[in-house]
Amino acid sequence: MTEVKANMAGNVWKVLVNEGDSIDSSQDVVILESMKMEIPIAAEVSGTVKELKVKEEDFVNEGDVIAIIE
Amino acid sequence: MFTKILIANRGEIASRVIRTCHNLNIKTVAIYSEADFEAPFVKEADESFLIGGPKVNESYLNVDEIVKVAKDTGAEAVHPGYGLLSENTDFAKRLEAEGIVFIGPDSGAINKMGSKLTARQTMENAGVPIIPGTNEPVESVEVARKIANDIGYPIMVKASHGGGGIGMQIVQDGTELEKAFESNSRRAEQFFGNGTMFIEKVIEDAHHVEIQILADQYGNTVHLFERECSIQRRHQKIIEEAPSPLLSESTRQHMGDAAIKAAKAIHYKNAGTIEFLVDESQNFYFLEMNTRLQVEHPVTEQITGIDLVEEQLKIAYGEKLSFSQKDLTINGHAIEARIYAEDPKTFFPSPGQITAFNPPIGTNIRHDVGVNSDYKVTPYYDPMIAKLIAYGETRSEAINYLIDALIDYEVEGIKTNIPFLIDVAKSKAFNEGDTRTSFIQEFMIKQ
Repeated sequence: MTEVKANMAGNVWKVLVNEGDSIDSSQDVVILESMKMEIPIAAEVSGTVKELKVKEEDFVNEGDVIAIIE
Repeated sequence: MFTKILIANRGEIASRVIRTCHNLNIKTVAIYSEADFEAPFVKEADESFLIGGPKVNESYLNVDEIVKVAKDTGAEAVHPGYGLLSENTDFAKRLEAEGIVFIGPDSGAINKMGSKLTARQTMENAGVPIIPGTNEPVESVEVARKIANDIGYPIMVKASHGGGGIGMQIVQDGTELEKAFESNSRRAEQFFGNGTMFIEKVIEDAHHVEIQILADQYGNTVHLFERECSIQRRHQKIIEEAPSPLLSESTRQHMGDAAIKAAKAIHYKNAGTIEFLVDESQNFYFLEMNTRLQVEHPVTEQITGIDLVEEQLKIAYGEKLSFSQKDLTINGHAIEARIYAEDPKTFFPSPGQITAFNPPIGTNIRHDVGVNSDYKVTPYYDPMIAKLIAYGETRSEAINYLIDALIDYEVEGIKTNIPFLIDVAKSKAFNEGDTRTSFIQEFMIKQ
């Protein structure tokens, strides 16, 4: 089980996966948006999306868990 | 002079405009979003109005609401600051139609320079040197590839309506081209509502040097010398200075003349900036024109003694320029460092609650600030929270004042780029004036 974490504080602009999806390590889970910059957050491990901790428009801090991949 | 104006902006630039208005006894009206409730400019203005939610399209880009506040408060003119609506043709037109003065050029001039492609054509016709490239939209990747092969890599793919570093990318080869062309076009479409692309040759080892101009409504146009703005990350400026450590006196004069020619070609009025790329042999090429006040305008103010906001107000009111080119001289050297709420290593944004904000007090420094010790930096706007300007008789004196002030600059609660600014200011390359646009990239590799 791996936690996908936010590497910067910002708003969740787009959620690109659903719970239950099989995803590849290079696949982006969400795109964060902050101060006119968009940062895609990749899964970094392959597996199934067990839980999505955020939804679009949510604010996340650096280090917050975005999703759990199994 | 105007008795009351509205400021259609936020942060440090709103405070900056208010400062000059106070000096001139002009009443100020601020507009603000829900996210800026606690911002210093809201309290500094004579009147302040909440006009919408934190997202810019709900508030700072909400033209109907801004016009309504201007009319309700009896504001005679609107200062747009930079960014947001400052280069928006429709906003300028709307104010013209409502009988409210837009403190800037007329909508026609904004429109001509708003498209980088039209600007290239206009400048070429005016006899201003432009970067080799296309003067027509590049419709497809296939066409782009053919042009790139003709010009030779590396090339720059650019969105005609892009800005703030968005919609442009250096491309080294044909493989990169396909991805870069499409993704930048898409981003430009998304951000600026227009995905038109064109191609320019990359000027290697270039310096970014821009000329400040002022033009009144009677055809009097002067330049206020150059600013060197080559220290950039993600095509956004971080450190700017005046004068440029690169230019010879002869190049300075030629660039000033070219900038005046450029402004006159579009019957420009008010403050504006012509950006150029300058190569090591001091050849210069038109890059774009910014039809507004620039973020880095304070360095010009420090070396010329001219208050650019005051001149903007006077010109907009219909006054004649009170000085001519021969009255203007360069006195000393000024450097501006932009303080960004961001990680000093990755440059990723770092919004959050500020718990302490104490800019140093001292001689030979100026602060243009948008926050205070209670301010919460939100993710909705630009990461720039303040500007530090240091000045001295010489460049090395200005650098020393800058370093001292940066070391004493206290910001707590959020991450800032201050440690990075100190490293740059102390570096050998910066101190030698070796400030090319590739500076940060090369600097990071060395670190």
